[in-house]
Amino acid sequence: MLNKVNREIPDEILKDKNYKPFETTEIGNPETTYVAHNVKVSQGNDKLVDSIKDVIAKVGLKDGMTISFHHHFREGDFVFNMVMQEIIDEGFKDLTLAPSSLTNVMNDMVIKAIKAGTVTHITSSGMRGSLGDFISHGGLKDPVVLRSHGNRARSIENGDIKIDVAFLGVPNSDAVGNANAIKGDAVFGSMGYSLMDAKYADKVVLLTDTIMPYPNTPASVKQTQVDYVVKVSKVGDPEKIGSGATRFTKDPKELKIAKTVNQVITHSPYFKDGFSFQTGSGGAALAVSRYLRESMIDKNIKASFALGGITKPTVDLLEEGLVNKILDVQDFDKGAAASMANNENQQEIDSSWYADPYNKGAAVNQLDVCILSALEIDTKFNVNVMTGSDGVLRGAIGGHQDAANAKLTIISAPLVRGRIATVVPDVTTVVTPGDSIDVLVTEVGIAINPRRKDLIEALKDVPGVPVYTIEELQKRAEAIVGKPEKLQFTDRPVALIEYRDGSLIDTVYQVKD
Amino acid sequence: MEIKHTALAGTLESSDVQITLSEGKGISIDLDSQVEKQFGKQIKKVVTDLLAKYEISDVKVHVVDKGALDCTIKARLIAAIQRATDTQNEQNWGVLE
Repeated sequence: MLNKVNREIPDEILKDKNYKPFETTEIGNPETTYVAHNVKVSQGNDKLVDSIKDVIAKVGLKDGMTISFHHHFREGDFVFNMVMQEIIDEGFKDLTLAPSSLTNVMNDMVIKAIKAGTVTHITSSGMRGSLGDFISHGGLKDPVVLRSHGNRARSIENGDIKIDVAFLGVPNSDAVGNANAIKGDAVFGSMGYSLMDAKYADKVVLLTDTIMPYPNTPASVKQTQVDYVVKVSKVGDPEKIGSGATRFTKDPKELKIAKTVNQVITHSPYFKDGFSFQTGSGGAALAVSRYLRESMIDKNIKASFALGGITKPTVDLLEEGLVNKILDVQDFDKGAAASMANNENQQEIDSSWYADPYNKGAAVNQLDVCILSALEIDTKFNVNVMTGSDGVLRGAIGGHQDAANAKLTIISAPLVRGRIATVVPDVTTVVTPGDSIDVLVTEVGIAINPRRKDLIEALKDVPGVPVYTIEELQKRAEAIVGKPEKLQFTDRPVALIEYRDGSLIDTVYQVKD
Repeated sequence: MEIKHTALAGTLESSDVQITLSEGKGISIDLDSQVEKQFGKQIKKVVTDLLAKYEISDVKVHVVDKGALDCTIKARLIAAIQRATDTQNEQNWGVLE
């Protein structure tokens, strides 16, 4: 059947997997029940284990179970590959892999685990590179389930994801499992996503290269949650965990977009003392924080909080007194990770607090302004951040669907990238519905969602910011690059895109080569 | 026109295209493009149309495309044709629209 964003959702998937088709971005006030998890009581005196092999035996890993990891080490992760190799070697079968996301450094090991029959189901925020290619070519029988960070929190709470064993790498821990990510060699700052696993998994295993004296504080993960602590040689490569020093883009196109984004923000009704924002990472987003800083100083406006994945430029605003608090679920660079140890106003938040649609109110619901990127955006303002122009999986939902709840959600994207149009008649894959997108900013001008008559009025006379309809921008892109041929897919689903409330918003099919 | 020797034009920078022409029987186009699925046919059409205007019927064309627009493909192909036919100093204005 067709869902509300006009995507054909196969009836057998709705039936077999018990899905509802996507209806609306409004969450409302449904009642839900959180699941409990099993606790093996311990006095905490013999949690320290020498090897991954031993801990796998101690937690009682069995065929068919669900295991989880976090992706806070990003491209510097050693833990995933170490643990997964051992699990493959021991011949486990039919596991569900439920990490917060999958980074490139994990790709080869995931493919190996699939080929060995060790992993037969995957849920993640996204995937890219060789793994995205492998899955898009039909490498896994059961479609991958892709969820936003907020939706993963929701799914863990309500039992859609029931984690049997969580393997969580940490830069430090004491022998009973008090751990944080702000001290040690491989610091990554906020433990945001992994805090859900620590709270809800039946068995929680910490892996660390640095054992601290008891009690290790501040404790992001607490001894009450942890079954075992494994000492390994190295949990991650500090050079690859976050990008190094953040450099501002010099690309004139990105700068133009960033400047326009800033103009949209400062001319919106939300730019006033006490406003809040989320910028994300990426060249244009970083440049926005520089322009925004100038505007805030000029107008003597301070922000109440900055949210989300945090970068050094955002921390600079905090230290300068332009931002009162940072709510930090993840750190994108070293500067942001390192500053968490020193800034009491840089608050670590878990992904439920950050973005979960099914709790008693998440931080995204308090958000005024949010800047997001897009691989594609269509004339209905639907956004794709998942599949490339060739139809292959190469992205992650991340917090896209969640943060798009902001009062002013801005998509910043170039009109075209090389020969590929960004503004298209229909996105390849709908990830974030157009109903939650307010303004598209490109290098040639902006388009405002027709639903937002107030913004159309507020932004109609901003100097140097021409306003177009999104259809006009789409035609303009097509005039540059031409009309592409339609992508060819088989009828076999390889990935299911959930909306943040767990309904099905789109299906990704195997590509035809 | 006749291809006299192998010649190439263009670079492998993104949004550019590198076109190599060499002697061959009939027209054969070997296309390597990141956007082949969406624009492969269009790229080949631009190449064959332009070759026809130059009345070149025997050539091996190797196209390494990095997402170039049609205007770029035409410009690089014209340069490659002039080099391969030793006609750099004899502009054929008629092929330009």
